[in-house]
Order: sequence, then C-alpha cells, then structure tokens
Amino acid sequence: MDRFLLLSDGTVFKGRSLGAEGSTSGEVVFNTGMTGYQEILTDPSYAGQMVILTYPLIGNYGINEDDFESDRIQPTSLIVHEACESPSNWRSRQTLHELLVERGIVAIQGIDTRALTKHIRSKGVTLGAIADTQKEAESILSGAPSYDELDFVYQVTTRRAYKWGPAGRESIETEDDPKRPRLVVLDCGLKYNILRRFWAAGCRPIVLPATTPADEILDWQPDGILLSPGPGDPQRLKPVIETVKSLLGERPIFGICLGNQLLCHAVGGHTYKLKFGHRGSNHPVKDLKTGQVTITSQNHGYAVHQDSLKGTAAVVTQLNLNDGTVEGIECPDYQARSIQYHPEAAPGPWDSRPYFAQFVQEMSSRRL
Amino acid sequence: MKVFVIGSGPIVIGQAAEFDYAGSQACRALREEGCEVVLLNSNPATIMTDLGMADRLYIEPLNVEFCERIIARERPDALLPTLGGQTGLNLATQLADAGILEKYGVRTLGTPLSAIKMAEDRSSFRGLMREIKEPVPESWIIQTPDELQDLLDVAPYPCIIRPAYTLGGTGGGIANSREELWEIGNNGLKLSMRSQIMVERSLLGWKEVEYEVMRDSAGNCITICNMENLDPMGVHTGDSIVVAPSQTLSDVEYHMLRSASLRIIQSLGIEGGCNVQLAVNPDSFDYYVIEVNPRVSRSSALASKATGYPIARVAAKIALGKTLDEIENQVTGSTKACFEPALDYCVVKIPRWPFDKFTTGDRTLFTQMKATGEVMAIDRTFEDALMKAIRGLEVKTKDLRHTKFMGDPSEGIPPMPDDELKEMVRKPTDERLWALAEALRRDWGVDEVNRISRVDRWFLHKILGILEKEMSPSADPVSFKMVDTCAGEFESSTPYYYSTHELVGDQVAAPSHIC
Repeated sequence: MDRFLLLSDGTVFKGRSLGAEGSTSGEVVFNTGMTGYQEILTDPSYAGQMVILTYPLIGNYGINEDDFESDRIQPTSLIVHEACESPSNWRSRQTLHELLVERGIVAIQGIDTRALTKHIRSKGVTLGAIADTQKEAESILSGAPSYDELDFVYQVTTRRAYKWGPAGRESIETEDDPKRPRLVVLDCGLKYNILRRFWAAGCRPIVLPATTPADEILDWQPDGILLSPGPGDPQRLKPVIETVKSLLGERPIFGICLGNQLLCHAVGGHTYKLKFGHRGSNHPVKDLKTGQVTITSQNHGYAVHQDSLKGTAAVVTQLNLNDGTVEGIECPDYQARSIQYHPEAAPGPWDSRPYFAQFVQEMSSRRL
Repeated sequence: MKVFVIGSGPIVIGQAAEFDYAGSQACRALREEGCEVVLLNSNPATIMTDLGMADRLYIEPLNVEFCERIIARERPDALLPTLGGQTGLNLATQLADAGILEKYGVRTLGTPLSAIKMAEDRSSFRGLMREIKEPVPESWIIQTPDELQDLLDVAPYPCIIRPAYTLGGTGGGIANSREELWEIGNNGLKLSMRSQIMVERSLLGWKEVEYEVMRDSAGNCITICNMENLDPMGVHTGDSIVVAPSQTLSDVEYHMLRSASLRIIQSLGIEGGCNVQLAVNPDSFDYYVIEVNPRVSRSSALASKATGYPIARVAAKIALGKTLDEIENQVTGSTKACFEPALDYCVVKIPRWPFDKFTTGDRTLFTQMKATGEVMAIDRTFEDALMKAIRGLEVKTKDLRHTKFMGDPSEGIPPMPDDELKEMVRKPTDERLWALAEALRRDWGVDEVNRISRVDRWFLHKILGILEKEMSPSADPVSFKMVDTCAGEFESSTPYYYSTHELVGDQVAAPSHIC
C-alpha cells in the first residue's frame, strides 16, 4: 500500500507501508550506520524523531531478544529503502515489520533514502509526517509540535529508581556487594548497554530518575555519578542542569552525549543545534592530549559551543575530525569529564570501551 | 626522497590485475608527496609502467640480481615492498635476507618486514594470536595410535584429517565422531610415509567474512570495509562470490569481528593496509581467524572500488610516515582519510573463471584460486547488483537461467536430473550460482538448498525473489548515483557513479568512472 512522507518544506516522498497502520510525525534525521537498526529503534535519544537509515537494505538479520537498548521503540518512525521480509541470523526471532506492527510504529519503505538524506543535509533537519495519503500527512504535519519545544527527557526517564545486576534490572531494595563501587546514573534516556558495560567494568549502577535532586543523589553515597545520554535540547533541562551544578566537586562525574552538554551548561557554557547532527558509527574523534584518533558511535543533534567554555572550569579535550565540533570536555578542578559520543556503542564500534574501566578505576581509587 | 618500488610482474591465474592498480595508485601518491620513484616491473603491459607514472622505469626480470644492480645504480633511500603483491613482497624479503638493503643503506617503508614474516609464518602467527586471545582453528600433529587415542576426547567434531606426505592427500577425510576419527586417523597413519597426520577443526559450512583494515605509525586503526562471501568456507575468497558490506551479521557480530581485526593489525604493527579473513559460525558467536594478508591485496582493490576509499594511495602515504588524520579524503575534499566509509548501496563481486577457454579444466573450486579476473557491480539492492554482475561476466547466460541445469526443449537438452543437480548445489564450482537458482526454481525450498549448499538463507531468499519477480536485464537504469564514502552525509565531488532504477540521481560532474 502506498504511504507518503511529507517534509515541512512541502517536499513529498512516495513509498510503501511498513509497520503499523496509521500516521505519525517527528523530526526527520538520518543515521549512516550500516548495521544496528534494532539498537537505533530502542535508543531513547531518538524520541520524537523519524529516523532515515541511509543503508538501503534494513532488517537483514531480523530482530533478536538481546539487542534492545530500552523496553520500547523510541523514534516515532523509521524510513528505509527496503525492509527485509526473510531475515537470516541465528538469533533472529521476528522480522522488522513484525516488530513495528507489534509496537504500533508507523513506518515507511521504498523511499529513495539517498535523495532524502541529501535533502536533509542541505536544508537541515526538519519536521515531517507519514500517512497513507498526502492530504492526511498535510493535516498531521500542520498539527505537529516543534521538536525543539518538547521536553523528551521527562518522557523517557525511568519513573522509579532501580539497580542493575548481572541479569539486568533489579529492585532498588536489592543488597549491594560492598566490593563494587556505587555509580549513580542520572537517567535522561539510558541505553541498557551503558549499564551492561559499567556492570562488566566492576561497579554497581543505581539508576535514578532525571528529576532526582542533588541531595537525594548524594544520600545514596555514590562513588561516582553518570550523566546519561538523552533526547532533545539540553537548554530546556534547567532543573537537571541545576542538579549537576550542585554535584560538581562532590563526586567524580562522567557524562555521555547529553551528559556532555549538561556538564557544559553546569559550568556556564552553552550549546547549539547542529544543521543535521551526527548520527552514525564512523565518526573520527581526535584526543587533543594524545593525538590519537578513535572511530566512534554518535547520535546527537546538539553540540557544545567551544568558545562558550572560555573562562569556565571546563577545557575541551577532544574534537571531531570531520567538522571540528567539541567531542569531549574536562573540569580538572571538579574531577568531572564527559564525551559527546557513545563508548557503549550498540550500535557502532567498540573502540571507546576502555572509558568504562577507567571511570570505575577512578571511582575505586576515591574509595581507598 | 628516492623510493624504489617493485611491481607485480606477470598477471597470472589467481590474480585480477589488482597489483597493477595498487602499484599505480602508490606511484602517484609517492610523487604527490615529492618522492622520486624508481620502478621495476617485468610486465610492460601494465598501467604502472606507463610513461609518467614513475621518474625512472626499469623493465627487467624480478629477481635479486637485477634488483641489486638497480639499487647500486640508483641508490634509492627507501624501498616500498607492500604494494606489489606477493611477488614484490617476496623479493623485498630476499633482498633484506641477502643483506643487500643494508649494504646500500636502503630502508623499507611501511609495515616492517619482521611484521610481515610474523603474519606469514604459520606457527609464529598462531603464537601471536594466542597471545592476544584471538582464536585460530585448533590443530594437532599426530604420529602414533596412542596420541590419536588421547586426541579422541579433545578433538572438535567435525575435524579434518590430513596425512602428511601422501600423494594427492589419499587417506584424509572428515570425521564427525570419535569412531570416525579413530578409523580415518589410523588409516592415515598407515598411509603416510612418515606416519604423521594433521588433525584440524573443520570449518566447512561456516560463513567467511573479511575485513579490510588500515593502521598508521601512530597506531590509529580503521576499517575500510567488510565483506561477506556468498560461498561458505572451503572456497578461496578469490573464487567466491562476495558482497559488501556484510549482510547477515548483526551489529554485535559486525563489531566483534571488527574489533578482532583491529586488535590483530595493532599487535602485528602493520603500517598500511591489511586484510583479515575470518570464519564465522552461522549458529553462534564463535569465530576463527583464518589468515592475514599484511599488504595491499586483491581484496583491497575490491574494497577500494566498493567504497571509493583509495587504500593503496593512503597506504603509500602511511608508509612515508603520514598519519591517517593528516591525509586528506580526496573523495569529499573536506574530510580526512581517518574515518570508516559508510555505504548506501550494495556491492556484488563475481569472479571470472577461464573455463570457457580451458573447457576440460576441473571446475571444482577449493582453496587454490582459479579465477583470472572479477566483475564488480554496485546498486541499491542486492538483486539489482547481482543481476548487473552476471551481465558483466559476459558468459552465455545473462540472468539466472542456465541451459545446463534447466535444459532447453528447442535444442533437445533435457533438464538436469535432481540427483545430479543436488551434487552441483553441494559442490562449489563456477556454475553453482545457477545450480542454486535451478534448485530453488524446482521448489526444493530455501531450507533444503541451505542444508545442501550451506549458502546463507539470506542469499537464497534473494535469489528466489529474483526468480519470482522474473527479473530480467530489460529494465533500463534511469539515474546515476555517487559512490561518495559517506552515504550522502557530506557534499562530495568525486566523479565515481553507478547506475540505478531510482529516479533521483546525483549531479554527474564528469563521465569518467561510470560503473
């Protein structure tokens, strides 16, 4: 059945239906990774967005039980060239289409994703709507709220505190192994693999809602604090930024993605929206101290304003080799640092995994 | 700096002229960096021996004697050994071993010869892999029935038994159980002139995956491209139908193997390009490292054309000491060579075999490469790329129909009987693709054809889809899209295109490189 994608500038792409029946809208962004659609679909940082996958053959290895990064589908829609109907992989349990139907996600296939991606590249990310008729898409789009005016973090953060153990989520009442340093994770839109990697690195993650005040966080007597990734414009998160401000210097802090932007705001810097963001598994990042370049997994639409950090407690430690944007900052006085990319990968390269062990090491040495 | 480059010599069966391609790119890159290039190649029918590719050109035999005379006359500062294929590499090693490089003060550029020896020597390579905890297929040398008895409990089944020093491998076989290993093994010990057999884990039926990787002297490592073979393990990758990027690996599997490949080049200390071949269990996360080519290889040429990333050019600059983040990405003109290409299309390579010329040659494919060339096709779907590649082969058939299997009533040729077809589905030959198609056409089903051939179901479903749609080469492509290394993320100006059925093409700058 025909399905239409309408962009806010009036451009229409005609495709075929994929996933559930109905219509949807969101900010249209693209990801250039060639694998990882299951992880992308469940990454909370995609809340409110319709994701174009530039690789044309999607769904080849199906959907499995292990690679979910949260317990729901996060983007509002998925835009692909071809969705595979007969996937092949030993872990595959269902097709991409079946998953989307099961979770009620309206998606579209048969799109010239290269032409669409180039359109977004030149015009910037924009709102779009998907529906079975052009007319319906128009009416959906006219009623769609602007992406930048929504507070997605409060929608995706956990409602209740929980702990993470070897088998995954555990009740907040569960006992802790005293040998494992405690990491309080401020959940602004976590991916499970961050918790998996921190557990594997030897600490005990305790996940708290993004709205948890600083004193409650410190009541947990953490050895370190993680500012998680998450969706949306960091400037809108004033209360969370205030929380981070009060935590500065109290405990070692590590930030990932949105966490990098929150740390930037907490020291008085600011952020801005990129034209079409960084979303993919191939972004080169240069460490300014070592000169080493690492290939990283990225998913962000906002970036730290480098000049705004002048005179603050933060210094820039890493830069993107492609466009020179800020990829890492550090506040030496506060034992706080953060990176704009995703060391947990899922999807993407594993080259930045050492961060987990390093931070757990820092937390442990503080306990001694 | 004066750099001595050793070319690839004659193009022989088992090559696809890839070394001429790599060598030419390297000569250009060296001269771009201000080097004076002295080139030796015995084969004048090459691009690299064209006037203007090198500053000094010698068309002489590729041997130590001539090399020494050239070195004595030209007194080059350095030798670049890793861009002329195995021939150039072997010659460089011989020159080093004979003390000639030392005598004339010639240093080697790029990957150190010691690292190359490490990668090419079976036992030292296995030792290194064990050190960095990368799995290599287990193997044992057995010389007595007692040793064989001990092995029965620890051997992985199925395993391959190869008696040493027997004619044509008589007495070898595959054992699926203790009983079979005991029987075949004892038989092999009797038949072997030195009473010695090698027992090795069998990887028949596993997926074969390759990673094309690069490393610079500062230790920056990147993957250019990964590739998945349609033919499972057992066929030389040069004789295999190959698709890029991999299609049936999930993100976790893709990056598990990528990390393994990068660990390997990091531990070897490669400075330039390298190719890592892996066997992947289709039913688990298990994998084995099969082989490493510590130089620019046939696969590099394919990966280069498949991604638009100029591997040989970048490898030459790395050899001169430049780091990946200092080298410009020529394709976009605005980014650096230190990144991993993102493809927004599918690439299919089919080898071209000379069996139409050598009609009595044995068409069975195994571990010794028989192809003399290859075709590569790019399109937005696997089906379109495959059909394009088949047409590019310029063999009798232009699609998935083949009279040998289907028969031809007008010529009185009957269809191949099922039992014969089954054998053609099982046994890798240059015609297996058409045998697979015929079996699917006869409704054997994807699972059954997968069971017999071990070709991944994903490929079989796609072939079935082509048959169902009766796709023929009649549909004309309507636009040209660009191979830009970045899936459209950055504006690019490279004149490298492929044709496709989608309506919107990329602006065609200059019609030089139409694929």
